[in-house]
Amino acid sequence: MFVVALIAFSLFHYVGDPVLNMLGQEATEADRAELRARLGLDQPVVVQFYRFIVNAAQFEFGISYRSARPVTDLIMERLPATLELAIISAIFAVVMGIGLGIFTALRRRSWLSKFIMTTSLIGVSLPTFLIGVLLIYLFAVELGWLPAFGRGQTVHIGDWWTTGLLTTSGLRSLILPAITLGLFQLTLIMRLVRAEMLEVLSTDYIKFARARGLSKRVVNLRHALKNTLIPVITIIGLQLGTIIAFAIITETVFQWPGVGALFITAVRFVDIPVMAAYLMMIGLVFVVINLVVDLLYYAVDPRLRVQGGAK
Amino acid sequence: MSSTPSSDKGNQGAMPAAGHEPNAAEASTPVLSVQHLRVEFPTRHGTLVALDDVSFDIAPGEVLGVVGESGAGKSMTGNAVIQLLEPPGRIAGGEVRLGGKRIDDLPEEDFVPLRGRHIGMIFQDPLTSLNPLFSIGDQLIETIRTHLPMNEKQAREEALKLLREVGIPAAEERLNSYPHQFSGGMRQRVVIALALAARPEFIIADEPTTALDVSVQAQILALLKRLCADHGTAVMLVTHDMGVIAETADRVAVMYAGRLIEIGPVEEVIRDPQHPYTKGLMASIPGIEKTLDRLYQIEGSMPRLAAIPPGCAFNPRCPHAQERCRRERPDLMPAGAGQAACWLHDPVDPLPRIDQNDKQEHAHVR
Repeated sequence: MFVVALIAFSLFHYVGDPVLNMLGQEATEADRAELRARLGLDQPVVVQFYRFIVNAAQFEFGISYRSARPVTDLIMERLPATLELAIISAIFAVVMGIGLGIFTALRRRSWLSKFIMTTSLIGVSLPTFLIGVLLIYLFAVELGWLPAFGRGQTVHIGDWWTTGLLTTSGLRSLILPAITLGLFQLTLIMRLVRAEMLEVLSTDYIKFARARGLSKRVVNLRHALKNTLIPVITIIGLQLGTIIAFAIITETVFQWPGVGALFITAVRFVDIPVMAAYLMMIGLVFVVINLVVDLLYYAVDPRLRVQGGAK
Repeated sequence: MSSTPSSDKGNQGAMPAAGHEPNAAEASTPVLSVQHLRVEFPTRHGTLVALDDVSFDIAPGEVLGVVGESGAGKSMTGNAVIQLLEPPGRIAGGEVRLGGKRIDDLPEEDFVPLRGRHIGMIFQDPLTSLNPLFSIGDQLIETIRTHLPMNEKQAREEALKLLREVGIPAAEERLNSYPHQFSGGMRQRVVIALALAARPEFIIADEPTTALDVSVQAQILALLKRLCADHGTAVMLVTHDMGVIAETADRVAVMYAGRLIEIGPVEEVIRDPQHPYTKGLMASIPGIEKTLDRLYQIEGSMPRLAAIPPGCAFNPRCPHAQERCRRERPDLMPAGAGQAACWLHDPVDPLPRIDQNDKQEHAHVR
């Protein structure tokens, strides 16, 4: 987290002088100095960094250079859209990925598995934006079934959370971006689950479980799946992080009003506080996910519970 | 496929199978009867015959040792009987009967209830036989409840009883332990408890002690023998260790290149092996009475499955091999106290032994 903070902070210093940007060519030297003082840019680097860290810890990232509003507000306003998109596509990717992975591992020889495996190559090799564009072309332009962009109608829940999940147009708008965002992860998870499952199915304990007369269902879905999931959890964890990070591309393609789109705008206008805040947010997401993954390991694998078993 | 073992058995009358085979041999149904079993592996380069015309019976409560070199088909026989052959391996001929009922042609879903309930199996490596993510209690209770109509609590009691029976100390506490918290020997005890959980009348022990310390081996064998004697469970003990066979088995079957070449009461086979291969096998066990400069070994190695010679599979390595051995395949025929698949024992026209080889061989036999 600290390293991420350092990088985010260094943005302020290496991506040009924001003061010039904000005040334009005609501003006087006095104006500039005044603004610098107001933004705290006249103080030593270490002090600035310290203040940045302290503020960041309180989710305070300063004021956007462009829209002159607090960055935190901007992000909070956009966050629900991104989170909804990311969570839905993650669920889509995980559920379908594990399901298809199990299917292709158990029915290795059926033509349907072979078809799925071949198709999955597309998911792995096509870039996200191309998939997005193709989906828009097919379902929005040609067939006209689903909207091509935006988030549809949204409903407010609580103070700041807006959701598109409760309206038909919101749900309909969600389908294409969610598939676009999740497809790569889906194929990745599926191929991983399949490979792991095949490996686990050839182990002695699976053979012994079968020799004990346990039904196929119990052997496959209880004994084999649990062992398959250990390595899969790691990858899923890492991939969930990238889902949020990769949302930038999908959000751009679908003009989804989320944090990723905000970041792209920020980059275009050298709106450094927003960029820094976004970086910090992504860093936080990765750290949290890794923590959750480690805890999940602990829950699934008794071998890691060193003290728990000794009682 | 010509002479059936049943007629052979008739010839022999009372087979001295360590007292387990009653005089009225026809009256008692063997717990397992394998007849002309053939297992094939279709591969890209043609079909490999992994088991060829293997026939044997196991009486209730009897321990049949199965020995042979690696790849001779010992484990394959066990896997074929319990229908856990690795694909593309499949039973291509013959039949397997369990308590007189034919089981080799059952579809998978009808076979599943037999596993564990009627045929148990113990594998070589206890370290990998248990699922590392489930406590041994879970695995025991799961197995018990699969086969017996018990509720969670009864099954738990039963699991405790089993653990005590296989000699796990402090069974109550150990029930919630995971496999990695046990030593190798203890894990094999758990594996035995699991295999015997539903009181099968027959178990296949596939090299149950190979992965264990020598000192633990003896304990596990003694345990296995005691439990099976207590429950009247018949055992097919697959191993390459003649010592294990000598200690545990009632009868022994010797396999070579996917074929059964000799079967008989364990003492007779060890003292007076009938097949030249068995003779070589016995001679290669170092004794303690005599110091040898070199250990005896059978010249050459077992043929690969793709290149089994015509006639007797052992003929290229056999000191007595003659024209007939290279041409015609011998079936099991009465020899000594058991049966051997060797033309030397042809009841009609036995081949003469070749002398100089014989002499040489005798020099090596203890």
